[in-house]
Amino acid sequence: MNPKDELGRRGEDRAVLHLQAADFRVVGRNWRCPVGEIDIVAYDGDCLVVVEVKTRSTEAYGHPFEAISPAKLRRLHLLAREWIARSGEPSPPSWRVDVVGVIWPSDGEAVVEHLREVA
Amino acid sequence: MVARTLSVALLGMTGALVEVEAHIANAIPGFQLIGLPDAALSDAKDRVKAAAANDGSPLPAKKIVVNLSPAGLPKQGTAYDLAIAVAVLAAEGVVKASAIDSVVHLGELSLDGRVRPMSGLLPAMVAARAAGHTRFVVPAGNAREAALVPGVEVNTVTSLREALILHGARVPAIEVPPLVQRPAPTIETPEGDLADVVGNPDAVEALVVAAAGGHHLLLLGPPGAGKTMLAHRLPAILPDLDDEQALVATSVSSLAGRPVEGLITRPPLESPHHTSSAAALVGGGSKVIRPGAAARASGGVLFLDEAPEFPAAVLDALRQPLESGSITIHRAAAVARFPARFQLVLAANPCPCGQFGASDIACTCTPIARRRYLARLSGPLLDRVDLQLRVARVTTAAVRLAADDRQGSLSTAEARSRVERAREIAAARLGGTGWKTNAEVPGSRLRAGAWRLPPATTAPLDRALERGTLTMRGYDRVLRVAWTLADLAGGGTPTPEHLGWALYLRRSVAT
Repeated sequence: MNPKDELGRRGEDRAVLHLQAADFRVVGRNWRCPVGEIDIVAYDGDCLVVVEVKTRSTEAYGHPFEAISPAKLRRLHLLAREWIARSGEPSPPSWRVDVVGVIWPSDGEAVVEHLREVA
Repeated sequence: MVARTLSVALLGMTGALVEVEAHIANAIPGFQLIGLPDAALSDAKDRVKAAAANDGSPLPAKKIVVNLSPAGLPKQGTAYDLAIAVAVLAAEGVVKASAIDSVVHLGELSLDGRVRPMSGLLPAMVAARAAGHTRFVVPAGNAREAALVPGVEVNTVTSLREALILHGARVPAIEVPPLVQRPAPTIETPEGDLADVVGNPDAVEALVVAAAGGHHLLLLGPPGAGKTMLAHRLPAILPDLDDEQALVATSVSSLAGRPVEGLITRPPLESPHHTSSAAALVGGGSKVIRPGAAARASGGVLFLDEAPEFPAAVLDALRQPLESGSITIHRAAAVARFPARFQLVLAANPCPCGQFGASDIACTCTPIARRRYLARLSGPLLDRVDLQLRVARVTTAAVRLAADDRQGSLSTAEARSRVERAREIAAARLGGTGWKTNAEVPGSRLRAGAWRLPPATTAPLDRALERGTLTMRGYDRVLRVAWTLADLAGGGTPTPEHLGWALYLRRSVAT
C-alpha cells in the first residue's frame, strides 16, 4: 500500500472512531457497487448516513472539504440509493450524506471535522 | 454568524448605500456572492480569497454567502472588495461585527492584500455622508481625495491587514508600500496669454463679454483667423470656481478615472474632436455609465472646434444639458445623472472651403453648399448661443501694428480682473434670485419689472423686432448681453450704446 492510500485508510479508521463516539452505528465500510464506493455506512438513530471521508496530512493543497466537488456529492447521493436497494436491509425512514474531514500531520494529532447533511 | 458593513453603489454622480452582509455556514466550502453583481464584481470572490490568504487572515474553509443589499440594485465595479473581505472576516469572528456595521468601506483589493485606489471615491463619500454615515475606511492611495469631504471621520488603509487591525483584530502589523494611482497621461496644451492674439480686438472683447456673462459663444471665420487660439484662452480669463462648482468638477473628474490631487478650482476645458459620438459627448456606456465631455466640462468650457463637422445628432444631444444644466442617461440597467453646467464655445468655418466672407481669397462654394454647411448647426442649438461673432483673418498691417504696440493688447491677467469685477456687479444685482450669471436670467425678467429698460434705450431693438430681423428669443439674448456689457463698464443699466454693441455681437453671422 502506498503512503497516500495508507493515510486514507488511517483517516477512515479515525473517522469510524469519531462516528462511534457520536453514537453512530457503523454497519459497513468500503462498500462497492458499479456506481462507486461508500467509505462508511452508518445509522444515526433511524437515519441512514452515507459518510465520505477525506484525509489530508496538511492544508497546503486546500482543506479536505474543498475536495468534495458537486459531481462527487451527486455520486454520493446516488450511492446512498444504491445501498438501500442492494444491501437487503429494510428501507430506512430517512437518509443523508455526511462528510468527515481528517487533517493528520505526520508528526501530530489528527483533527477531525464532521459536516452533517450536505447537499 | 452574520456580519454586515456598508459600501456605496454609484450611478452617475448619485450614490446609493449598499449593505454588504456575510454569512458563514458549516457546509461544503464555497463562496457565493449574490445581489446583482456584474462580472467585475463577481471576480471579487477570488480577489478577496487571495487577499485574505496572503495578508491578515485566511477565509475559513466553510460556506460563505455574501449578499449585497438592496439586492435589486445593479452593482458594478471593484470598489466593494474591502467591504466584502471585512464583512466575511467579521462573520468568522476575526473582528467584532459591532466594530464595522456602521462604517463605509470603499476600495479594491490586490491579490497580495493591499488596497488599490479607486475612481469615484469623492461622489461615493458625498453620497454616503448625505445618507447620514460619517465613518469611512478608504484606500491610502485616495487619501487626498478623501480629505476633500468635510465633516467625516476617514481612516486610510494600505492593506486589508491594516483595516482589520483598525477594527480590533489581533494580527501583527506589517508595513507595506501603499498602492498609488498613476497620474493620468495629461496632454498639456500650452495655455498662452490673451495678449498673443493680435489684430482681433473685437474678438478679444467678445471673449471677455462671454466670460463675464457666462454667455455661450459661436466663433465664425476662415481657417487661420485664430478661432481655436481664442477659445483656448477662455478658461484662463474665467474666475475661480466657487465651492459647489469645485466639488462638482472634482467629483466628475474622479468618476472619469482621473487621479484627484486636490480640489479643482480652475474652470476645466474640454475640446472633443468632431468625430466624437453622442455617448462620448454626453456620457454613456451599457453597464458602467461614464461621464462624457459635457459633464467633464462642468463649471468650465466645452469647446467644439469645427462644430458643423459634428454629426447633427451629436450636437443636438447637447440641447438637454444646455437647457437644464444636467445630463440624464437612461440605460436598461439604470438611470444616471451628471451635472453639465458648462459654457459652450462653437467654432466654425463659414462654408466648406472656409473662405466665404474673407477679403483676400474668393470662396469656391456654391450658395447651396454654403447654406447647408451652417444649417448643420440646428436652430434650437444656435438659439442658446448668445454671442455669435465673426472673426476675420489677421492682416499684415494688424500684425505690424501689434508688434509696434505690444502694451496695447489685453493680457489674460487684466481680462480676468475685468471679468471678476463684472461678475461681482452681476452677482450683487442677481443676489437672492439663484442665478449667478447674466446668461442664466430668463428673458421675461429682463423685459418686465425692475430690470426693464426705458423705451428710449430699447428703441433700435424694438424696431428690429418689428421689422422681423430679430426674433423674440434674439431680443432677449441681446438684452442679456447688454447687461453684461453694462457690468463690464462698471455697473448701472445698459445704455443705447451697450444695446447697439450687443446687437452687433449677435447679428454678425449672416445666415
